[in-house]
Amino acid sequence: MDNAGLTACVQRLAGKAEEIKNALPLSLVIEASSLVDVCEGLHKNPETYFDMLTCITGVDNGPEAGTMEVIYHFYSIPFNHALMLKVVLPRENAEVESVTAIWKSANWLEREVFDMFGINFKNHPDLRRILMPADWVGYPLRKDYEHEESYRGIKID
Amino acid sequence: MKGLLDQQFENGGVMITRVDDLLNWARLSSLFPMTFGLACCAIEFMSTGTTVYDMDRFGVMPRATPRQADLMIVSGTVTFKMADRIRQLYEQMAEPRYVISMGSCSNCGGPYWQHGYHVVKGVDRIVPVDVYVPGCPPRPEALIGGILKLHEKIRNESRVKPVALENLIDRNG
Repeated sequence: MDNAGLTACVQRLAGKAEEIKNALPLSLVIEASSLVDVCEGLHKNPETYFDMLTCITGVDNGPEAGTMEVIYHFYSIPFNHALMLKVVLPRENAEVESVTAIWKSANWLEREVFDMFGINFKNHPDLRRILMPADWVGYPLRKDYEHEESYRGIKID
Repeated sequence: MKGLLDQQFENGGVMITRVDDLLNWARLSSLFPMTFGLACCAIEFMSTGTTVYDMDRFGVMPRATPRQADLMIVSGTVTFKMADRIRQLYEQMAEPRYVISMGSCSNCGGPYWQHGYHVVKGVDRIVPVDVYVPGCPPRPEALIGGILKLHEKIRNESRVKPVALENLIDRNG
């Protein structure tokens, strides 16, 4: 399926989808509330069949913008087409539905985004830190992150 | 020409030396490091063990447990998550024990010195370090240089002087 077809497909599933110009692969911004419906549709539809979730990543736009973003990269092995989806969340109590029910690989990827940005993934089976120690304070990749004085008696500087 | 040992044992197989020298010679000739690597420096550590660099010629043979190791080569980035484990492994080693800090990361934080919120800025904040090997990563020659530096240190130590016992008691408080 070509980019126009994929855009139409996502638009049908999401209600509305805004394309990011000059991005590769095709990149679409959708409403966070429609994420699971869109993902399920893209996964099940025999014409799109995105069987692989390659990457989930987060972006913090900072306290002034007041938003955070979660970005999903999909790839279809049989059709060799790729898609990037982006959802924009408010910075306070950022929360989005988990897609672990659709792709198993989402489990660790979502844990990483949670670990670094503190974004909560609803209905995730095991949402805890994956990179930082379990008793670490704060989310390091947030723009306003400031580290503690020390960790278990070792100075942080 | 006769070999060194032939000359030494000319007088009826008797050799005179100090107990300290004998003990130190034995200890420095069989430094067993722990099989343990943290990052890219560990690759250079492994190269040092290959036939090309052959660290076994100094009696340096990695052991798979801290209980049998005399030496810990901290080869790589020390994260806060790993710090506790390193301290525990160090404490499991029997005395006398030595630590070589290999590479910029474990010397001072390396490339993570400024924004590395997750990196301990020098392994000497967790365990005492005997020899620092600079480099990012250090070549096997540099690591061997560090091991020879440690040989020098051990050669000048004393395990039998009364002060050695005092040191031991002090350290264990």
